[in-house]
Amino acid sequence: MSAFAYAVSDTAVIAKRNLLRIPRQPDLWVSFTIQPIMFVLLFVYVFGGAIQTPGYDYVDFLIPGIVIQTMSFGGFVTAIGLSDDLRKGLIDRFRSLPMARSAVLGGRTLADVATNAISIAVMVGVGLIVGFAFSSSPIEVIGGFALCILFGYAFSWIFAFVALSTNSAEGAQALGFMLIFPLTFASSAFVPPESMPAAVQAFAEANPFSTVVDALRALWVDGPAGNDVWAAVAWCIGLIVVFASLAVYRYRRAVSS
Amino acid sequence: MADAAIEVHELRKSFKDVHALAGIDLEAPVGSVLGLLGPNGAGKTTAVRIMTTLLPPDGGTARVAGLDVVKDAAALRSKIGLAGQYAAVDENLTGRENLEMVGRLYHMGRAAAGERADQLLERFELSDAGGRLAKTYSGGMRRRLDLAAALVVRPPVIFLDEPTTGLDPRSRLSLWETIEARVAAGTTVLLTTQYLDEADRLADRIAVIDHGRVIAEGTSDELKNRVGGERLEVTLADGSSTDAAIEALVPLAEDRPKCEGGVLALPLGRGRGGIAEAVRRLDGAGVGIEDIAVRRPTLDDVFITLTGHAAEPEEEEEERREDELEERAA
Repeated sequence: MSAFAYAVSDTAVIAKRNLLRIPRQPDLWVSFTIQPIMFVLLFVYVFGGAIQTPGYDYVDFLIPGIVIQTMSFGGFVTAIGLSDDLRKGLIDRFRSLPMARSAVLGGRTLADVATNAISIAVMVGVGLIVGFAFSSSPIEVIGGFALCILFGYAFSWIFAFVALSTNSAEGAQALGFMLIFPLTFASSAFVPPESMPAAVQAFAEANPFSTVVDALRALWVDGPAGNDVWAAVAWCIGLIVVFASLAVYRYRRAVSS
Repeated sequence: MADAAIEVHELRKSFKDVHALAGIDLEAPVGSVLGLLGPNGAGKTTAVRIMTTLLPPDGGTARVAGLDVVKDAAALRSKIGLAGQYAAVDENLTGRENLEMVGRLYHMGRAAAGERADQLLERFELSDAGGRLAKTYSGGMRRRLDLAAALVVRPPVIFLDEPTTGLDPRSRLSLWETIEARVAAGTTVLLTTQYLDEADRLADRIAVIDHGRVIAEGTSDELKNRVGGERLEVTLADGSSTDAAIEALVPLAEDRPKCEGGVLALPLGRGRGGIAEAVRRLDGAGVGIEDIAVRRPTLDDVFITLTGHAAEPEEEEEERREDELEERAA
């Protein structure tokens, strides 16, 4: 077998390992099922009445935004898993094996696509119950799901890098929150940027989060798409390329104490 | 030497300004057990991490199974197995899934990896627990699983980093027997330990490490001889016969016998007859014996003589270990 074939097979073995672990960690389920449901209910029934979204029912405005936010939080699953492996010496074992150096991270992020897909399904399901409706073609709806998965995959790589750089699950979580909070809330995810003060509005409009949320909104509820979809895809791919390289570089020199 | 499985020369590694390894030399012939003995923080784990390609050295060379740990790292990884005090097994996989995964990552086929996993589970007496998640395992079972994972491809060289730290005596003994079986099958083992009895029992040669240096090297017997030979200890049935006993034993002794707390102690001279001769002489002199024994110096004596301190973990190290255990439990 060639080195490439080995890398593919090693990645598949690690992905399978991480998939096997998912149903065995019920405490992790809270973070990617219960938590998103609570966010949907909170925004629809508590904040929603006070937020003006011209041209949309609030629930139609909200669901694409909150799904994208949840995809970014999906990165925490990646970070916690990797920190855990580092701390328990599993990364050392993997690094002592003749396996591809990219496989531990590649398999990890690939398996996290599954948890992200579960999150999306749960949230869209809850959304449909509380009044969300798709108003675009099936192709666009499917394209929207694909965009969510791609965006979630990009954030898994970002968090893989964060986890390998901080060496503790707590540190990765703290750093992740500081990164995600301003990016998700100062964006078009929950409120229209036009309602924000000028400086924040400028930030929100330049924020790649807004680009991706607007793209998903266009794909699912037929909003004004513009070039948002392609810009969103370009952002995701750019993030994956940059952070996958950084994370693999970090992994090669990862030293657990 | 052509038949050396491990050859380390002038190996150095520093972390910031701490010299973890200040230039060590090690050598282990194929099929032997080399023990690295030393307290926590002596540099044992750093040496293992370099030899298993996990850490690049700052200077010096290390060859394992004929391959350089830096230049031939990729090729070397398929010839070594690593197991240690952290028992790096995936708690959320079953024992069997753990071994299968490791087999697949050594690039065994699916069927072969499964078959090998079953074989190892049986050999390590884990067959019944093979389908259970590793987080339900006891400490001893985890170590056995960890060791099994290191042996999946029957690597010619295995590294065991404090394999029995924290285990109860029964699990220790059973792990020792397993290691001895591997050695009998021709595997070269590098073992780090802070337990003198472990090095004494398992290692063919022992390198005593302290502060990143090898301060003594040799077989267990050679090291013991450095602190002196055998001592005869006699407990007399009747305290008043002390003088008669000393008189009877003087020809056997290297030095004048001493009497402390009713126990007569004398360094045995080589080739002057051992315990049997002593019994004969005491009998002939009509001295009653309650107990008589030859005491050989332990590696503890060696360590204290060589380093000026005992080979026990220091207090702060104990705390660190406890912190880790707490973390793991949380």
